Amino acid sequence: MRVRLKVNGEDRAIDVPDQRLLVDTVRYDLGLTGTKLGCGVGVCGLCTVLVDGKMVSSCLMLTALVDGATITTIEGLEHDGQLDPVQTAFLKYGGFQCGICTPGQIMAAHALLQENPHPSDAEIKDWMMGNLCRCTGYYKILESVQRAAAGDV
Amino acid sequence: MIPFELHTPTTLDEALGLLAQYGDEARPIAGGTALVLLMEQHQGRPAHLVNLGRVAGLSGITTENGSLRIGAGTPHRLVEMNPAVKQGWSLLAETYARVATVRIRNVATVGGGLAHADPNQDPPPSYIALNARVQIASRQGTREVAMEDLFRDYYETQLQPGEVITEVVVPRPIASLRTAYLKFLPRTADDYPTVGVAVALDVQDGRCVAARIALNAVGPTVVRAREAENVLRGQMLNPDLLREAAATVPAITDPISDHRGSANYKSRMAEVFTRRALERALAA
Ligand SMILES: Cc1cc2nc3c(=O)[nH]c(=O)nc-3n(C[C@H](O)[C@H](O)[C@H](O)COP(=O)(O)OP(=O)(O)OC[C@H]3O[C@@H](n4cnc5c(N)ncnc54)[C@H](O)[C@@H]3O)c2cc1C
Ligand code: FES
Ligand code: FES
Repeated sequence: MRVRLKVNGEDRAIDVPDQRLLVDTVRYDLGLTGTKLGCGVGVCGLCTVLVDGKMVSSCLMLTALVDGATITTIEGLEHDGQLDPVQTAFLKYGGFQCGICTPGQIMAAHALLQENPHPSDAEIKDWMMGNLCRCTGYYKILESVQRAAAGDV
Repeated sequence: MIPFELHTPTTLDEALGLLAQYGDEARPIAGGTALVLLMEQHQGRPAHLVNLGRVAGLSGITTENGSLRIGAGTPHRLVEMNPAVKQGWSLLAETYARVATVRIRNVATVGGGLAHADPNQDPPPSYIALNARVQIASRQGTREVAMEDLFRDYYETQLQPGEVITEVVVPRPIASLRTAYLKFLPRTADDYPTVGVAVALDVQDGRCVAARIALNAVGPTVVRAREAENVLRGQMLNPDLLREAAATVPAITDPISDHRGSANYKSRMAEVFTRRALERALAA
């Protein structure tokens, strides 16, 4: 079917099979490969994108179900060469090592700060618990989110 | 995924018409968090999916004559965040907040969660404890069932082909009702429960006037612990009585051994967590 999306600020119309997953649309139909596919079953958070501002697992979402929606991916956080504060914080405070989980971590953290600009540590942990990381041990991720929230970037 | 044809009706009548027309070949789809997974794993291959996401009036939370009405299309996250739910039905807000992660709760709907009927799911015990009812519609008309009668077996409800859940109705808990939902999570904070227990006790002057207790993850469907309720009803509450009530629970469990624990372990934990849920409700 023909699906209309506003992707990172740009209107797009694409033809996809009804069974197309949003993660495949983002990566292959739109060429935005910053979004990663990990578990494919909604558990790891690698495929996190925002649909109308809400974070979702794009690996469990049919593209056809979000017809008309605004999609934000990791590529959409930068504006005119300016990174999002969360991105800057991850760079500055070592919020990543191998980087595979990072686009998902940053999308989740960005969504958190949009909804709750000054989260407590417990709120950050609760929100981010579905974004797995095998490298950092999470402390640096937590610190990066805290710093971004504090404007300390 | 096996190809299918997606239909996107905008009215309930139209949706029910499509489901009637395609019969066994069709399934409703709401958030898709459960159904997409099943289809990816080739455990279901409906030729037609009827998208409930654009059906007018299926989503939203209202209070009417003191009852809470939650539209089937309402995402979990909206239930958990809703001020009226938090204030008057806090057990539900707390229970939905324990389901998976925010990412899943943004998409998973109340109706989809119930129709999925995985006995490990969190919300059903709390709904049963609060005596909730489920509204069902089909081309033949509408009917209502008690939440505790909805579930038949693993992943099976009493919904017939062509029927959809439209709403859940939850009476307002009376002021003397003490509630709790306890979820045992030995693995990760976003897991399904190893066992989960919801309790609602009407306590007046230290005496238990009425009790409703239900458990998930201990058998093919969520179960109501009627024996435990009988032990409590009409009695002055004390720690020994709570212990005695909880001790009746293992007998009604029929869990499977899996990565969350052996069947025996789950039965034993069902007793422990029932006792703790009762204590928690009374402490609140
Ligand atoms: C990673 C992950 C973790 C999870 N963890 C938990 C957890 O900790 N606790 C928990 O309780 N649950 C958990 N779940 C399950 C989750 O609650 C369900 O996937 C979700 O509620 C299903 O809702 P949906 O709207 O996405 O349904 P869908 O996937 O769209 O549909 C599910 C089923 O319901 C049917 N259906 C949908 N809407 C209706 C309707 N209105 N009337 C009749 N039939 C309908 C569909 O045909 C399908 O059979 C988890 C799921 C995932 C993916
Ligand atoms: S790839 Fe989607 S949550 Fe893991
Ligand atoms: S940085 Fe490697 S998995 Fe998170």
